[in-house]
Amino acid sequence: MDLLIVLGLPLLGALLLALFGARTYAAELNAGMSFATLVAVAFLVLRVLRHGSLLALHEQFFVDSFNVFLVALTAFVGFTTALFSRPYMRIEEQRGRLSQQRLRLYHSMYQLFMAAMFLALLTNNMGLLWVAMEAATLSTVLLVSLYRTRASLEAAWKYFILCGVGIAQALFGTILLYFAAEHVLGRQGMTALLWTHLNAVKGQLEPRVLGLAFVFLLVGYGTKVGLAPLHNWLPDAHAEGPTPVSAVLSGLLLNVALYAVIRCKVLVEGSIGSYLPGRMLMTFGLLSAVLGAFFLWRQRDIKRLFGYSSIEHMGIITFAFGIGGPIANFAALLHMTVHSLTKSSIFFTAGHASQTAHTQQMDGIRGLVGISPTIGWGLMLGSLAILGMPPFGVFASEFLILTTAMREHPWTTPFLLIALGVAFAAIFRKVQPMVFGESDAPPLPHSPALVPVFIHLAIVLMLGVYMPFALADWYRAAARLIGG
Amino acid sequence: MHPSHMIPELLKLLAASLLLISFAMLSRRRTQRLITLFAWQGSVLFVSTLLVAYSAGLTELYYSATLTLLLKVIALPWILHRLTRRLGAQWDSETLVNIPITMLVGLGLVIFAFGLAQPISRMATTITRNTIGIALAVIFLAFLMMITRRKAITQVIGFLAMENGLFFAATSATYGMPMVIELGIALDLLVGFFILGIFFFQIREQFDSLDLSHLESLKEE
Repeated sequence: MDLLIVLGLPLLGALLLALFGARTYAAELNAGMSFATLVAVAFLVLRVLRHGSLLALHEQFFVDSFNVFLVALTAFVGFTTALFSRPYMRIEEQRGRLSQQRLRLYHSMYQLFMAAMFLALLTNNMGLLWVAMEAATLSTVLLVSLYRTRASLEAAWKYFILCGVGIAQALFGTILLYFAAEHVLGRQGMTALLWTHLNAVKGQLEPRVLGLAFVFLLVGYGTKVGLAPLHNWLPDAHAEGPTPVSAVLSGLLLNVALYAVIRCKVLVEGSIGSYLPGRMLMTFGLLSAVLGAFFLWRQRDIKRLFGYSSIEHMGIITFAFGIGGPIANFAALLHMTVHSLTKSSIFFTAGHASQTAHTQQMDGIRGLVGISPTIGWGLMLGSLAILGMPPFGVFASEFLILTTAMREHPWTTPFLLIALGVAFAAIFRKVQPMVFGESDAPPLPHSPALVPVFIHLAIVLMLGVYMPFALADWYRAAARLIGG
Repeated sequence: MHPSHMIPELLKLLAASLLLISFAMLSRRRTQRLITLFAWQGSVLFVSTLLVAYSAGLTELYYSATLTLLLKVIALPWILHRLTRRLGAQWDSETLVNIPITMLVGLGLVIFAFGLAQPISRMATTITRNTIGIALAVIFLAFLMMITRRKAITQVIGFLAMENGLFFAATSATYGMPMVIELGIALDLLVGFFILGIFFFQIREQFDSLDLSHLESLKEE
């Protein structure tokens, strides 16, 4: 029941906002629906904490320690982004970049996107997972092109075609998975695509077919994670779409896509009985981390810069999942959480920073601290956090990943260190003059909602200094589940 | 010959024509012709799904055959024709494609696809087991078409042809996915298609053309 409410609320929100999205109170309605979803998710989480994992609706949906924390994270960031978007979109409208009708589209699609992500996270059916991932892409395509400028149309087209092709590969992988499962589980009762059933019989699934399936699934969902060399859509979509969309794409969608990859990896690894899937994840992850870091140097647009930073971090997380084992998985899950929180808060401040300066070009953004101390310090602290400065949580997870890599695969350490070092130098060098320095730009017409930024950063800080016992247990259980 | 022996033979024939149509698509430059070929591909898919449904006695597959007929033979080609007419793009042609070389690359892809499908084909028990390689080849050829073409509509047709290949793979390897999933996939396809339709107009409004070479400003300098 809780499950249905979690799925139903954003859908209801999408419907309501499709009807009333052009009214003046639409932004409040959007935030309100997101808050209601967050409350529903909180109840679901409490239930899982108390009674353990649960299956619902003919086993089509399930919640275990792996997905429940992602559901909570998604609901939380979804809510804070809705809060941030209220003044942000109002300023955009005032400046004539958006009309009431576009705002209606935006609000409605925002809720639909949340619904698609919850469906992807909660479903037990690998086919439904695919459908939900595709739905998440489709609902954000028109958001990326919301401004209807040439650049945004190009970005949206690229996003649509690349992710469409990618997701088609994932469908082929899903078909192969079904093909192998059908031999073991049979067609009756439709259990052959249910993850829990597949997981129970994974040792009997034909390894050669699953190996091939994994290649397709990894390429397919990996495109959406933004893994190099399939990452081309990501920086464009992040730079050209409205900032709240960049924040949820980076903070949530990438996580959900990676979640799909990991679910598949668990099955395939159990079937093949070798380290091959893990090795593939490590290779893709390492490549993304290094390439992403080097591309950071050449960026001029602030949102593109942090788009590439997302590629780098998703690479690090994928790499950690590739190593496998309780510690690396734990670190990867932690990094997923802190990256999502930090990156969305950075996009919040970056969005307002470019509104203040009337440009997304970093050369044009100067002296943020002078104009608005909250934006300036928010951006500075967010950047320091994402660069892995202690005591923030990113430091803890990166440290864990680095030490595990050193112990188990020493040859990867130099690559990781290079990626981290290059990223540090590139981002710090660019953020520093934006935050400090001189500027005479006037402050924003609506006061920005930057409370979410500091809440996010406070949580990230807390995770770095002290991890609540329940949360650590939770991560540990999820890490055990992923195994490897 | 007994009719039950004929069905596998017929299916092979249909699979071969599917591949042939994919090659024909690669060699066509005009949008109008491509849409017709896409409709043909859909009809072949429809007939082959019907045959599999009949021989395996699965009612579910009759539904998905009907879905194929409605969506891929009638609705999508019709909408595409109307769209191109409204956009005045029905006689657009791709001039910058080297057809012979594309064909050669296509041949290589077909061989690669068959090699890749070998282990799966060996364990397939369905009557259409030889066709997985072809399905994979159709997917790869559609992919090739998307890479080599520059017009927005042509890329979309390539995308749809790829979906046809996927659908064929699903029926030939597994007698189709569960109905819920197939409906979901069809819905996604339809919605995606509408979004693309909206895109065509937005792109033309902004660039006065559907040529995607205008869409190349976002590059790493």
